[in-house]
Amino acid sequence: MLVEVKSLQYAHPGQRSIVFPDFSLDSGESLLILGKSGSGKTTLLNLLAGLLRPNQGGVVLDGVRLSTISGQKMDLFRGKNIGIVFQKPHLIAALNVQQNLELAHFFSKKKGQDIPQLLLDLGISSKAKAAVMTLSEGEAQRVSIARALANSPKLILADEPTSSLDDENTENVIALLKSQAAKIGAALIIVTHDQRVKNQVSNFIEVKAS
Amino acid sequence: MNLFKISWKYLTFRPLSTGLNVFLLALGLAIITVLLLIQDQFEKKMNQDAAGIDLVVGAKGSPLQLILSSVYHVDFPTGNIKMEDAQKLTRNRLVKKVIPLALGDNYQGFRIVGTNHDYLELYEVGFAEGKAWDVPFEVVLGAEIAGKLKLKLGDEFVSSHGISEGSHDHDDHNFVVAGILEPRGNVVDRLILTSIESVWYSHDEEGEEEEVASAPDSVAVSSEDPIAETHADHAEEGHDDHAKFHAPVAKTGFPVTEQDREVTTLLLQYRNPIAAVQLPRMINSGTSMQAASPSFEMSRLFELLGVGISLLQGLALVLIGIAGLGIFIALYNSLKERKYDLAILRAIGASRGQLLVLIFLEGVMLTFLGAVLGIALGHVFLWLLVTSGDQNIVSAIQPWIFLKEELWIIGYALGVGVMASIIPAWSAYQTSIAKQLTKA
Repeated sequence: MLVEVKSLQYAHPGQRSIVFPDFSLDSGESLLILGKSGSGKTTLLNLLAGLLRPNQGGVVLDGVRLSTISGQKMDLFRGKNIGIVFQKPHLIAALNVQQNLELAHFFSKKKGQDIPQLLLDLGISSKAKAAVMTLSEGEAQRVSIARALANSPKLILADEPTSSLDDENTENVIALLKSQAAKIGAALIIVTHDQRVKNQVSNFIEVKAS
Repeated sequence: MNLFKISWKYLTFRPLSTGLNVFLLALGLAIITVLLLIQDQFEKKMNQDAAGIDLVVGAKGSPLQLILSSVYHVDFPTGNIKMEDAQKLTRNRLVKKVIPLALGDNYQGFRIVGTNHDYLELYEVGFAEGKAWDVPFEVVLGAEIAGKLKLKLGDEFVSSHGISEGSHDHDDHNFVVAGILEPRGNVVDRLILTSIESVWYSHDEEGEEEEVASAPDSVAVSSEDPIAETHADHAEEGHDDHAKFHAPVAKTGFPVTEQDREVTTLLLQYRNPIAAVQLPRMINSGTSMQAASPSFEMSRLFELLGVGISLLQGLALVLIGIAGLGIFIALYNSLKERKYDLAILRAIGASRGQLLVLIFLEGVMLTFLGAVLGIALGHVFLWLLVTSGDQNIVSAIQPWIFLKEELWIIGYALGVGVMASIIPAWSAYQTSIAKQLTKA
């Protein structure tokens, strides 16, 4: 198993702890994490990405227990093995499209995927030298997906990637995520409350605030 | 892609704010650079030009003016003194050596100094071409003059009265270039040196011409032919006067003459330390002349200038302070907008340390740019100052000399950069990415 989550618990300061369901995922598989707003979906995503440390239990990625690696090593491990697609594209405005992707290679100290090819696959190769500000929302979202894919991660996490997209774009983005994840053999976890996504990914778990 | 490049991209992404801060810092540092360069060269030059001169004796007036006019050749002379009085001083046992100077003429703004060969020895000059003067009206040119006026050996020119351009010409007798000095980087570079006799004679003719202005043959004499001119003088004054233009001049001490003559100032060397105590008092109270010490007067001058210099230094520090604050505010503000950026960088593998370095790099690069620009600006300011003031003393300053102290300016600027970046960098280091990413 690539990803294993067991008896994972986390408490925000001054709040009751959230108990997350156990699940596991293999390379090339997809999983939806569903739940209402405030149910702790994003908290789970942060735990999976190693951005937060659990109070109990843990996440094992590719045989490595995330809570055992600390600080700088965790940052590097995340850079190498986990690609994250955020709710909003949040590209670095000071850099152009290609440089935004090079950033991922630089910080993860990994050669990763060929950037021009990746841009070509995502249909934005003509925008390689474009300033980030000039991109449309759909294009920016695709660049942010490209950034998450740039290092050929083992796990792709997507946080509400479709919340601001229309039906057609939603379908495209999910299809793109699925096909790209399959191509590099990565596991795909999508956190969403968007019912439209359920049509494309059947495998899901639900997080409930208890 | 590397941290350096990312910082650079962030800087150039807000060119106005970056430019303003760099410029502010550069202005402050430019002032400091100019002060540094002037101070260093001025003091060096002042000491160099006054080396070997213990005391200057001249007509009563301002002692500072006396020093400026006879040692540095910038101000107007205080007047003339009787050669008789001057010669009396030579016989004093406290006096080692006296070099008389006759000032008051110029050629194209360069001062003509009548003196003897001791003056050449005092400044240890070397000849690039030719030799020292032997007869009246032979001159030796300082290196800078020869270059600027494009004069060579054997060339002739007419002096003008006064020490600045535009006065009437002494067109009765031409000066002949007998020698050109090697550049020494001191005051001699900008002087035309000749014998005291030359200065006397060029003024004598002036007087004579006025006296005999009614005589038609004298008025008709023009300056185009010095031989014809001396002939005219000859006719007027007799054979005796013709001979004096070809008689060798005094190489040391005072010229021999039976007439009542005047010199402008005396440069004097003490025989022993007691002279420093007794001689100035003796001259100032016992004679109609005044004595001034170059080192004392110059330190007094620097004291006076000191107020202005500290004012400028204060202004420079304020500018640098404002620039530092500006950089801090710019970094701090941009950090607020960039917290998400920083979180993203962490999410794709950047460590806290790398973000810290990123912010520091930005501050340091900004100030480094400011420092380099500031130093360049400082040198350009000085260059403008030097080229616009033609004959005055600043024109002797070299604007393109680089000092070790300028490295301190860079170091100082980088210090400002680090100081301004500490708080923003620390705040970047502290940013919790999980919180930051969930917030939006």
